[in-house]
Amino acid sequence: MTSTGHFSVDAIRAQFPILSREVNGHPLAYFDSAASAHKPQAVIDAQARYLAEKHSNIHRGVHSLAQEATEAYEGAREIIRGHIGAASTQEVLFVGGATDGINLVAQTWGRQHLQQGDCMVLTRMEHHSNIVPWQMLAEEKGFRILVVELNADGTLDEDMFQAHLLQGPKLVAFMHVSNALGTVNDVKHWTAKSHEAGAKVLVDGAQAVPHLQVNVQDLGVDFYVFSGHKTYGPTGIGVLYGRQSLLEDMPPWRGGGEMIGSVSFEQGTTYNELPYKFEAGTPHISGGIALGAALQWMGQVGVSALTAHEHALTQHAHARLAEVQGMRFYGTAPCKAGVVSFLVDGVHPYDLGTLLDQLGIAVRTGHHCAEPLMDKWNIPGTVRASFGAYNTLQEVDRLADGVARAVTMLR
Amino acid sequence: MATGIDERQEEIVEEFAMFGDWMEKYEHIISLGKELAPLDPEDKVEDNLIKGCQSRVWLAAKKGDDGRVMFTADSDAIITKGLAALMVRVLSDASAADIASANLSFLDDIGLHSHLSPTRSNGLQSMVKQMKLYGLAFTAGG
Repeated sequence: MTSTGHFSVDAIRAQFPILSREVNGHPLAYFDSAASAHKPQAVIDAQARYLAEKHSNIHRGVHSLAQEATEAYEGAREIIRGHIGAASTQEVLFVGGATDGINLVAQTWGRQHLQQGDCMVLTRMEHHSNIVPWQMLAEEKGFRILVVELNADGTLDEDMFQAHLLQGPKLVAFMHVSNALGTVNDVKHWTAKSHEAGAKVLVDGAQAVPHLQVNVQDLGVDFYVFSGHKTYGPTGIGVLYGRQSLLEDMPPWRGGGEMIGSVSFEQGTTYNELPYKFEAGTPHISGGIALGAALQWMGQVGVSALTAHEHALTQHAHARLAEVQGMRFYGTAPCKAGVVSFLVDGVHPYDLGTLLDQLGIAVRTGHHCAEPLMDKWNIPGTVRASFGAYNTLQEVDRLADGVARAVTMLR
Repeated sequence: MATGIDERQEEIVEEFAMFGDWMEKYEHIISLGKELAPLDPEDKVEDNLIKGCQSRVWLAAKKGDDGRVMFTADSDAIITKGLAALMVRVLSDASAADIASANLSFLDDIGLHSHLSPTRSNGLQSMVKQMKLYGLAFTAGG
């Protein structure tokens, strides 16, 4: 099978227990990692070992288990900090996922800074999670949302982006990598431009961290969010990176234990220091620890090797699927990561997805939580094959052959 | 007198028992979808649309002079349309009371129950619910 330098997809696959199962009588070919990636044994073990050997509530205990649990959890925060290049662990907040992180920023920084008469910028390709929290706040506050439209290849309309920046937005929020199209946006470039225009920048990195080496300081962003489960970690845990000076000035969001300095009915309540100010209640301790293990695992495999492997898969998928008559690709940007989105003339995506499932091939069909994009392009959705470390060129061949077979049945 | 809802379900189960593998089964559903009589243009309207996340279904119901309810349906996805055709075959041209109280088991029996699951979000589950609601409404004298 495939091997790129030291990267051996066979060795990778052997670490993912779920890949040995069958679906509908066929070996599972999983092309839905953009929705959620599978977990290597190292991650499964990290979570299980914590629960079996170290579990206790963190931060407050004097006993040994509490100490060990705290060290493991805070150790994971340090791994994450290193992985995304944050300056300090005070800038690395554990949240429920990318959605939760965006809501946190909307309800704290957003509530503080976005007022009537203000505007902010989003793009047409955003996931609902980076649209709805802002719409909810805009409805309440009365600020405007300016939308950057897309070119036919699924890249951002740069002239429109520039034009929106001239309107002096307070915030520019956009995705690093599109979950529906695979487009990789030039975060560094647009962050610099947005800063020149006086805006703060939030980047949704849910689809970037699984595929690319991300360094938040190099990108220059103010906020960056991602989800654990898309990057080989567990569900229910994610990260919000925030620039320390901004986090210091933001009011807390959820109140409760952990996030306080001291609580008093008489003297009022003071808040904890960063990052705990934003981490009310007992967190998802095992999830945080396992997310640390996931990023450590990615680092051991080599993120650049993963990027290269997935690029090869994407290229091969485009080439093989293009053989199908009536194939139309959505998202043909020069710089893409991890996703091939398509429709076949005269074939509904739901039908194609249903027949591929019978062949043991898991793809996602529908609007991919990007309804504004699908509506604009006047399509009901697409079929999306997304790639992870464990996919092989042979699986991509199975996908292309499966699509050809299904299309023959459906036409 | 048309056959009852239970007999029609049994017929379908027998029909599907002949198929050796999933491909034959789905090929049959696809052909049922292609053969389903098109909706009258005046029925293919927003009011009759059941919006699933994955595929859309249109369902229209009329009560004839003999008191029997007639259904017609359409979908933008052919497999959904084929399954809708089976639903129409089972429940159309029946009394409103029979429709409202029908126990639909045939999708289970032919191994296609997952298509009715809410996670599929193809509009079929809502379609069945809507057909039964029509049965109830027409029983109540609507």
